[in-house]
Amino acid sequence: MDAVDLARIQFAFTAAFHFIFPAVTIGLGLLVAIAETIRWRRQDEIWDRLARFWTKVFAITFAVGVATGIVMEFQFGTNWSRYSTFVGDMFGSPLAAEAIFAFFLESTFLGILLWGGKRIGSTLRWFSALMVSLGAIMSGFWIIAANSWMQTPAGFEVVGDRAVLTDFWAAVFNASTMPRFVHTIVSAWAVGSFVMVGIAAWYVLRGRHLDVARRSLKLGLVVALVSSIGMFLTGDTHSRQVADTQPVKFAAMNGLFEATSGVPMILFAFPPSQDGPSDLPALEIPNLLSLLTRGDPNATIEGLAAYPREVWPPVGVTFSTYHLMVALGTLMLLVMLAGIIAWSRGRLDRWRWWLAAAVVVTPAPLLAVQLGWATAEVGRQPWIVYGLMRTADGVSPIVSAPEVLVSLLGFGAVYLVLGLLWLFLVRRALTLGPEPPPAGEVDEAPLLPSPTYQTRPAEVLP
Amino acid sequence: MIDLPTIWFVVIGVLLVGYAILDGFDLGVGILSPVLTRTPKERGLLMQAIGPVWDGNEVWLLTLGGALFAAFPIVYATVFSGFYLALMLLLLGLILRAVAMEFRNQLRDARWLRAWDTLFSIGSLVAVLLLGVALGNVARGLPLIDGQYAGGLLGLLNPFSLAVGLTGLAMLATQGAAWLVLRTEGELQLRARRAGTIAWALFGGLWVIVTLYAAVEAPALWANYGNPLAWIAPVVFVAALGLTGWAFRGQSDRLPIVASSISIATLIAILGQGLYPALVPDRTAEASLTIANSASSDLTLTVMLIIALIGMPLVLLYTAFVYRRFTHKVTDSEYA
Repeated sequence: MDAVDLARIQFAFTAAFHFIFPAVTIGLGLLVAIAETIRWRRQDEIWDRLARFWTKVFAITFAVGVATGIVMEFQFGTNWSRYSTFVGDMFGSPLAAEAIFAFFLESTFLGILLWGGKRIGSTLRWFSALMVSLGAIMSGFWIIAANSWMQTPAGFEVVGDRAVLTDFWAAVFNASTMPRFVHTIVSAWAVGSFVMVGIAAWYVLRGRHLDVARRSLKLGLVVALVSSIGMFLTGDTHSRQVADTQPVKFAAMNGLFEATSGVPMILFAFPPSQDGPSDLPALEIPNLLSLLTRGDPNATIEGLAAYPREVWPPVGVTFSTYHLMVALGTLMLLVMLAGIIAWSRGRLDRWRWWLAAAVVVTPAPLLAVQLGWATAEVGRQPWIVYGLMRTADGVSPIVSAPEVLVSLLGFGAVYLVLGLLWLFLVRRALTLGPEPPPAGEVDEAPLLPSPTYQTRPAEVLP
Repeated sequence: MIDLPTIWFVVIGVLLVGYAILDGFDLGVGILSPVLTRTPKERGLLMQAIGPVWDGNEVWLLTLGGALFAAFPIVYATVFSGFYLALMLLLLGLILRAVAMEFRNQLRDARWLRAWDTLFSIGSLVAVLLLGVALGNVARGLPLIDGQYAGGLLGLLNPFSLAVGLTGLAMLATQGAAWLVLRTEGELQLRARRAGTIAWALFGGLWVIVTLYAAVEAPALWANYGNPLAWIAPVVFVAALGLTGWAFRGQSDRLPIVASSISIATLIAILGQGLYPALVPDRTAEASLTIANSASSDLTLTVMLIIALIGMPLVLLYTAFVYRRFTHKVTDSEYA
């Protein structure tokens, strides 16, 4: 394996691992902001405990996102110096803007939220939650604007060996920025709300923390349903944009080799190889892809054969990740639709099979988000900047394969520990659950003997 | 009329100053924590003294990285790829700090707390040393071949750069102690004053050594000092350094951090004046990376300037708000 492959693996690994955490925090951030707003407006004790509980889960996750995010900004320079030199004029500004407009905002107000304790009042706590959430969304915008420029570059001209900026807004709002930004944010809302629904459903199944759990379940369910529908709507817009601006990627996503008219949508198929589609049977809806993409059931769509083989992405991976993502999205939508039916019949906490299903699908959006990013980035290959620079030409010429191997193994070990610690702390937060209600108040259901916040006696501290 | 690359040279310097002053004190607290504290509770107080602000402080480094990428992409690409393994180690240090800071309070267990506090100190020490050594190498000039660093990992470990690394360590230990004088009281504050005095003496001594050493090792740094205006920064630096030492022995809780911050700002200004117009001098040939040959286009620099002029006042506004809110003395009751 050479230095290029190792650098690719390292970037893919560090980016994929990192994005687990922002996806959760962008989603939970919205829910915490909503909960904080209700708590602040109504001065309600249950909403107060609800907001505090989710802020705790949010904070543990945010910390890992911050720690793994630092790596991303440095890695363009360390591992992709040729790329950095080529795109510096275009790509550095959104990263700097992200730091100035988003990182400062979220870190400063997260500090208040986490360390403020009793020194901050009700209004400042609410405002901080709002700002952290806003910062996370703005951060998402700038980083997606930067990544979208790699997918559909605009607003530049190539002078010598550098892409030079000619139009800032054209570069920032290139063809794929908005479709991808909206799709990513809505998907992150799905991630956060499925986490909330899943955990709340688990509490309801166990009959624990029912006051907080029931409200979380309803809040989460509304956002989960809206974002599940939103994912399909925004995904559809994004898909048409890919068909227009990255036809090779689109053909690979859909496994189209020859130009055909009246293209069916594949629901299930064995993945194609670089040489053609699988011979095994597939499940399809006739003409649907043509209809969705071109608005005409008989429209013709270009296949991979129209382009030289050396600009094809790995077809099997692009196809499979894309179709698995859509399949997971469908499953998520069905579960949340069932939840709404249960709610409308007043059986939200009686349909135990539904509660169990909600627990099971908790990680589905997280997986779908990872698959979606894999489709976007693998589908962009062999280009690092679509049509302009090949990934293999973007690496740092002086960083050797052993050096990258050392750092890759280092990241692997550190991230493994980080991931396990994160799981341990989240699990612990869930076991402890929300703070118990103030003494004297009776819960909606008989309380099981539940662990309290101080599991260990305070004496361990001298 | 000052040209855009020069403005950006100054902006990069200002960001470095902001980082060194602000994250400087929380890095310094991390370095000093093992020698200043006797009990887990005292360590908790130290963490509380930097907890609400450390993350915002570190964003200055991220902004510095982003601004360098945007304004001088060739410098960003050359230095970051050239210092590969050193930077990976720096990232490890920064990851350790971030996680330690946010995870420590999740569990009230003596071993858990000790482990994270130790890792926080190690992360801080590693980060400060590496940043100092990296800066020392840039100041000394890098061997560049075809625009690529050609010195290897061992080439970074030369005596001059190591001396700069130690100077940075002493400087930020001083800054950390100065912050603790402001935020603590009683016995802990007394210890901070004593530790601050020692760190300050080391900082002053190392600074004299490095400055004399630079005359031999990096004579190019002195070229701009023919201009009398260039001597303002060194004069202010010496005055601020003297004031810092005096303030540690005085009564004021605020003066040490003010004086120490001025000394950091002026020391970075001294280095910047020496480097200009180069960002990375070349040791072997006339191929230095300067503001002229490594800057982005004027359009990018203009756009970035507008972004900075809109964004940074907002940042300063809410940063000032948080600092006003969290400069009280940390006390036992705070550490719940």
